[in-house]
Amino acid sequence: MLTKRIIPCLDIKNGRTVKGVNFVDLRDAGDPVELAAKYAETGADELVFLDISATEERRKTLADLVLRVAEKINIPFTVGGGISSVEDVDILLQNGADKVSINSSAVKNPQLINNLAAKFGSQCVVVAIDAKQIEGKWTVHLVGGKVPTELDLFEWAREVEQRGAGEILFTSMDHDGTKNGFADEALAKLSGMLNIPIIASGGAGTMQHFTDTFKNGKSDAALAASVFHFHEIDIPELKHELKKQNIPVRI
Amino acid sequence: MNNNTITEQKHSPLGGAGGGLVIINYGAGNIQSIKFAFKRLGIDAVLSDNAEEIKAADKVIFPGVGEASSAMAKLRATGLDQVIPILKQPVLGICLGMQLMCKHSTEGDTTGLGIFDTDVIKFSNAVKVPQIGWNEISNLEGPLFKGIPENSHMYLVHSFYAPQCTEMIATTHYEVDYASALQKDNFYGVQFHPEKSGKVGQEILKNFVSL
Repeated sequence: MLTKRIIPCLDIKNGRTVKGVNFVDLRDAGDPVELAAKYAETGADELVFLDISATEERRKTLADLVLRVAEKINIPFTVGGGISSVEDVDILLQNGADKVSINSSAVKNPQLINNLAAKFGSQCVVVAIDAKQIEGKWTVHLVGGKVPTELDLFEWAREVEQRGAGEILFTSMDHDGTKNGFADEALAKLSGMLNIPIIASGGAGTMQHFTDTFKNGKSDAALAASVFHFHEIDIPELKHELKKQNIPVRI
Repeated sequence: MNNNTITEQKHSPLGGAGGGLVIINYGAGNIQSIKFAFKRLGIDAVLSDNAEEIKAADKVIFPGVGEASSAMAKLRATGLDQVIPILKQPVLGICLGMQLMCKHSTEGDTTGLGIFDTDVIKFSNAVKVPQIGWNEISNLEGPLFKGIPENSHMYLVHSFYAPQCTEMIATTHYEVDYASALQKDNFYGVQFHPEKSGKVGQEILKNFVSL
């Protein structure tokens, strides 16, 4: 049976893991490669690296990092942050990334999704969508949730599927950072109306939240950052708990 | 390309005539990950699209990610479609590589290399397509799976699959029970990505290297 995936997300700035990482047994918690290897060992199913650098050398630094990660870890990983062209994606995939995640660039230029799917295949195109509710309507936002767009979450999600996205990574800005659980109602609606996998993001606080998003949110995968980085949730423990709740996981 | 460069490989654990492990490089797929997976096993894989170099290899990896008919077109353009089916050493097709070793794929309605006597068809809309993630491999047979526990989880990303057939050496369930690995003589094919499937995937690659 296909299992539900647990995905730690690492924020990267200038080739280093950003803040919020507290691993006592790592020599260098700022080294994304070491942290990635640690997660791979402890049962993470996939990893996401989200680059938030804003420097001129960003592209090269990220490409170098991808190469070092690919050399070391033996589970799949996705790279996102500032990717806006076929050329950007080409170098990241060549260096060993399994998938790329695009967000603002897809909103600004939806044709990019078609172009990436045609050139590299849908399986490596993840479209990340950040949204929050404005007067009861789920509205897509850009720049980490700061800038609202005209787009409705569900309409945009359907469009990205039609354009060839292989997966959707949906972050609820209303839930992100709250540790009150994932946006399961919206997630279940997305999962019901689309035929591609949905990754839940934003709101993880307890193990129960993961059970809820897989059962009620119909999510195919769940992504979280701080609860893993700060050992609030231990991945092997989480997976045993999910298994107890009859959720298929890889142990 | 010069064959001498690859026979210089030291302490080859690969057996054979010393041509090393060659990954067929025809512009379809994430070959860096495969190269790195072998590097973790201490093997320096050579990337090549050269027929002579491929024929001289001890072991051959036939990778592939992307769309079937365009990948077949690339093989035909380089003449590799004539080379791969007559290889005598162990050959391992991975993901789309495995699918192209079959008779036909409905993806782009293309004929394949015809090594495995089965067609490749698409999952229906009853399930999410592509299948992305870790799923079990069961009913394991043959030397590729020596020491691999039944129902081990492997990482898979695919929309098309080979139905159950006489050449299958592993099955996986997604919508239906399908063939997630195939073998005919020296030819092996796996739908999953051993290079991305943690320690167990690494063991499968090690088994292939030891064939």
